[in-house]
Amino acid sequence: MLTIENLHVSIEDKQILKGINLEVKAGEVHAIMGPNGSGKSTLSHILAGKPGYTVTQGSITYLGKDLLEMDPEIRAREGVFLAFQYPVEIPGVSNIYLLKAALNAIRKHHGLDEADAMDFLKIIKQKTALVEMDQEFLYRSVNQGFSGGEKKRNEILQMAVLEPKLCILDETDSGLDIDALKVVANGVNSLRSPERSFVMITHYQRLLDYIKPDYVHVLADGKIVRSGGPELALELEEKGYSWLEEQAVA
Amino acid sequence: MGIQSNQYVSEYQDFNDIFPGQQLPWLNQLRKAALASFSKQGFPSSKDEEWRYVNFSAIEKKVFLPKSAEAIPEIDKKLIEPYQIENCFNMVFLNGRFSEQLSDISGLPSRVQLCSMVHALQYFPEQVSEYFGKAVDTEDHGFIHFNSAWFADGWFLKLPENIRLDKPIHIIHVASDPEVLAATRNIIVIDKNARVDLFESYTSLTDGAYLTTAVNEIFIDENAEVYFCKLQNESEKAFHFSGIYVNQEQEAKFNHDVFSFGSQTSRNEVNTDLGYAAECCLNGLYLGRKKQVMDNHTRIHHRMPNAISRETYKGILDQRARGIFQGRVIVHQDAQKTDSEMNNKNLLLSEDAEADTKPQLEIYADDVKCAHGVTVGQLDETSIFYLQTRSIDRETAENMLTFAFANEMIEKIQQNHFRALVLEQLLARFPQMEIRKEWVL
Ligand SMILES: Nc1ncnc2c1ncn2[C@@H]1O[C@H](COP(=O)(O)OP(=O)(O)OP(=O)(O)O)[C@@H](O)[C@H]1O
Ligand SMILES: [Mg+2]
Repeated sequence: MLTIENLHVSIEDKQILKGINLEVKAGEVHAIMGPNGSGKSTLSHILAGKPGYTVTQGSITYLGKDLLEMDPEIRAREGVFLAFQYPVEIPGVSNIYLLKAALNAIRKHHGLDEADAMDFLKIIKQKTALVEMDQEFLYRSVNQGFSGGEKKRNEILQMAVLEPKLCILDETDSGLDIDALKVVANGVNSLRSPERSFVMITHYQRLLDYIKPDYVHVLADGKIVRSGGPELALELEEKGYSWLEEQAVA
Repeated sequence: MGIQSNQYVSEYQDFNDIFPGQQLPWLNQLRKAALASFSKQGFPSSKDEEWRYVNFSAIEKKVFLPKSAEAIPEIDKKLIEPYQIENCFNMVFLNGRFSEQLSDISGLPSRVQLCSMVHALQYFPEQVSEYFGKAVDTEDHGFIHFNSAWFADGWFLKLPENIRLDKPIHIIHVASDPEVLAATRNIIVIDKNARVDLFESYTSLTDGAYLTTAVNEIFIDENAEVYFCKLQNESEKAFHFSGIYVNQEQEAKFNHDVFSFGSQTSRNEVNTDLGYAAECCLNGLYLGRKKQVMDNHTRIHHRMPNAISRETYKGILDQRARGIFQGRVIVHQDAQKTDSEMNNKNLLLSEDAEADTKPQLEIYADDVKCAHGVTVGQLDETSIFYLQTRSIDRETAENMLTFAFANEMIEKIQQNHFRALVLEQLLARFPQMEIRKEWVL
């Protein structure tokens, strides 16, 4: 589904990603861990198409196409979804309208008719129930005045409604209380399918107790310095990152 | 001064028959003095500090004169249908003159006085004289001189004590003639504990350059409350001056929303004098495009303790438009415990658009809470990107965010019918965006 090869990315002449290689197949769940500032969010931004970065080397292939050639909205319509580490507040645009506009843009892209009002409401009702969100949130401005946890839940709601193929979750678990974490994990698990892949950026093993990854990668100083199975996360929990960074330098 | 101000003096006699209140010495005197001051000073120029950012010089290229009584055409009611609001007392002014035929104020409670200024000056001039020129500084500047001399009509409202009018009053000003002068003088008197919703809309059936000037004097007695919403949707060649001058007694409340969408050059003045524990909330949205110039000028006097003032003005400026906000808050020596906030936010949609913003705080009391903030900026790139990652294309994202910026002001409108009407007009400004209605919260 996704192939990242030798990806080098810089921002304002500062090299952030220094040769990332990653292969994500359909249906797989990959966890990416790593110290603060190592480039995890940068990688997620690059996948979503955020402007301001320069790709100096390497390539990203998504479903056989050159992802870097696509505008952000085209990537989204083709099934790439980023749940932001810091979801953006948009005063004056209602959640429900954004969901409707987004869903219809995707449907149109695939040559489908717009969802009619009844169908749309049915979908929304079902998905808000899935993330245990109050309907009242739908009529509020996007993320405005939402608590940290509510924002994260809202990202998962959008993901559930839009049904992307590649879901990138950037620290969706940070700032969630235990119950909210279960709700979010439950939402993600219910979306798991052989056609859908997940890249989850996280600092905590805890999330991986709920969403079992197929692979765990460690990103340090712009490179993937170690990959393994779920047991790698446990090892990191115990030892931290320093032993890996030392190995990487060595 | 200029040729035009002379011409306004020489033409004046010819219009004597349309000026109401000729039989009243006090008014004749006042008009004469105003005309004399105008002939000396003319319209304000950008040399004057208070008029620094707005250039009305184009106004002097023409002479705008009122229509004689016979020359006012009858218009089809259908033409102003978009402005008709259900369940309102409706007064329509055509080129600045009251149109009985188009208006409907039937069912007004018997003690409420609502009529044209022509009528008021004929049937109860002593009441008018009690208020005329008492809230406005008649010597302030040329537009006020001009209006005092040239007003041909207007409206008069007196709401007696304890009357809380459920049905709003809607005043519709329609210009139908490309070069006409529509000058109205309006007096609104709200007695103790009374309450009213007022809506004034300015619109045109011509795309010509005409001149509107309106002076509103509003007197809000103890504990009374006025909600006043104004929509300025004039022809994009027109000139518009409007001044709203308010006296607020103890605990009186004044809430005002003004929407400026039309006219070539416009100036909105709102001045208010706050009594003890009085409250005012002034909001404005100005939407400029092409070479429109929109000047908003507010002055809030905190004269007594414990009063609250809130002010939020927003501008969206596209192409070569220019928006101006000059907000002055004066906290006088006795006005302890004043609580005042002023905010002006501008969105520039093109490189050639311009926003000038000048908040001014003058504080002579020591125990006060005053805050102000201004911003001038572009659409937020982070928000655009966020919407793009949700499949929305860039252009739609920009439109959504621009609309959202404006819509925040629309949402403040306290009366449902007014809100719907203003929204309708806002949407009309974005004809390419058919779906905008759905974006409304
Ligand atoms: N605009 C910028 N200019 C310069 N440096 C930047 C800019 N944006 C990000 N960086 C730097 O890039 C590095 C990687 O940042 P990134 O946000 O990708 O880290 P992260 O791995 O997500 O960290 P965290 O775990 O704290 O979220 C950091 O050192 C950061 O300071
Ligand atoms: Mg990060």
